[in-house]
Amino acid sequence: MAPSTSSAITLNINGEKYTLPVDHRTTLLDALREQLDLTGTKKGCDQGQCGACTVLLDGRRAVSCLQLAVAAEGRAITTIEGVADGERLHPVQQAFLDLDGYQCGYCTPGQICSALAVIEEHAAGWPSAVTDDVRPDAGVPALTAEEIRERMSGNLCRCGAYVSIVQAVAQAAEAAGAEVKEAAL
Amino acid sequence: MREFGYERAFDVSGAVALLGADPDARFLGGGTNLLDLMKAGVERPALLIDVRELPLDGVELTDDGGLRIGATVTNSDLAAHPEVRRRYPALAQAVLAGASGQLRNMATVGGNLLQRTRCGYFTDLSKPCNKRAPGSGCPALTGEHHNHAILGTSEHCVATHPSDMAVALAAFDAVISYETADRPGELPIDEFYLPVGETPHIETALPAGALITGVTLPQAPVAIHSRYRKVRERASYAFAIGSIAAALDVQDDVVREVRLAYGAVASRPWRARAAEQVLIGSPASAEAFAAAADAELAAAEALPENGYKVTLMHNLVVAVLTALTEEAAR
Repeated sequence: MAPSTSSAITLNINGEKYTLPVDHRTTLLDALREQLDLTGTKKGCDQGQCGACTVLLDGRRAVSCLQLAVAAEGRAITTIEGVADGERLHPVQQAFLDLDGYQCGYCTPGQICSALAVIEEHAAGWPSAVTDDVRPDAGVPALTAEEIRERMSGNLCRCGAYVSIVQAVAQAAEAAGAEVKEAAL
Repeated sequence: MREFGYERAFDVSGAVALLGADPDARFLGGGTNLLDLMKAGVERPALLIDVRELPLDGVELTDDGGLRIGATVTNSDLAAHPEVRRRYPALAQAVLAGASGQLRNMATVGGNLLQRTRCGYFTDLSKPCNKRAPGSGCPALTGEHHNHAILGTSEHCVATHPSDMAVALAAFDAVISYETADRPGELPIDEFYLPVGETPHIETALPAGALITGVTLPQAPVAIHSRYRKVRERASYAFAIGSIAAALDVQDDVVREVRLAYGAVASRPWRARAAEQVLIGSPASAEAFAAAADAELAAAEALPENGYKVTLMHNLVVAVLTALTEEAAR
């Protein structure tokens, strides 16, 4: 017997439960945008290469275009709609606003979701590809512009607002207690 | 995209049984490569068996001081693990050099080993490709091949293996464990990836119906002084045009032990045993490093547009071994 190609699933998004039918081919990105009217998450390349569709899955950043909706059942999903505290912006959102970390704004929800995770990953002591010594005894590297650029490299900005994005991430990270150095490059 | 069924597996035997029951089924890990290939029409599974929640997500020290890494460990967790960073720093660096933070959170060790080439002809259904459609031909030989293989190639395929992680695993003699319906098994990474030959569509020696359950790294004190260096066409978030995982033990200016593996130059991670043999017992000098690099690259067969990789790999070997020598002297 051929397996069923659709399911009724329940997704936990920004602390709320949504029950919906999905064709198994549906990505989380398309379920959010087309079925749940959560259009803050943006579709860019749809191939995992641009980061516009970045959301948090169980607190970790992921590209929702390469995540099947059916496989996201049971996970805590955070989209840009769930980042602010009511009318009060999250410090990362406020930093993007204060420092003009965008131009057209299309990549911004993905940039902000990614930046939230970058600050968490750094606080957890994760090294990056530009960290000179990854051995744990070497400690956590300070967030330099080079570190921020590498850690944010999965989010493209076609307007080229990178200079301000790096500064916004640096400001938000510093406010969250991270050691930030040489971030104004 | 073809319609497909979806099952979530919670134990290894259940996952293997589901795969055995449907020849058109595929395991789904992070999906970062499989879903992309499904969108392109290269992969057309009838059933996806989600293995992400299998209890294979641990990284543990083995009794002999090596590491056992579960197949569903994410790239992020592998690269962040203190014992990986302490005992095999080149492995952490290799993983961090690949993809983006988002993709590393999704991708798993098992899927990383089985990811497919990024050769443009492989994913373009309007073109022939011996890897995708055996016997149809290889347009890369006379077409776009500036990032294709120079070592171990055949007239049937010159595609490269895209993994960074697997290059470091090759340097450290990783052993891949799997489970089938009948029995568990193991394959050293050298035997896991098959030569291209006349069968570029058969990439690994993994038996049909098998599920990768983990990777074991034997103890390797030499790995404490190891590095992964990757060259790409932009500063970050791109596949390699050449990469190297290297480990070096120098005592009294003589090379005692060395490990070298290259990425983006062959259909599989390329362990540079000819270069290693030249280096053992030789002085730790730039001349010896250059001679070793040449010994391995003597077998290189470049196409019109990828000959630069021979020079690139030569220079990478000398640069990384020099850096490791200086690090050991500190």
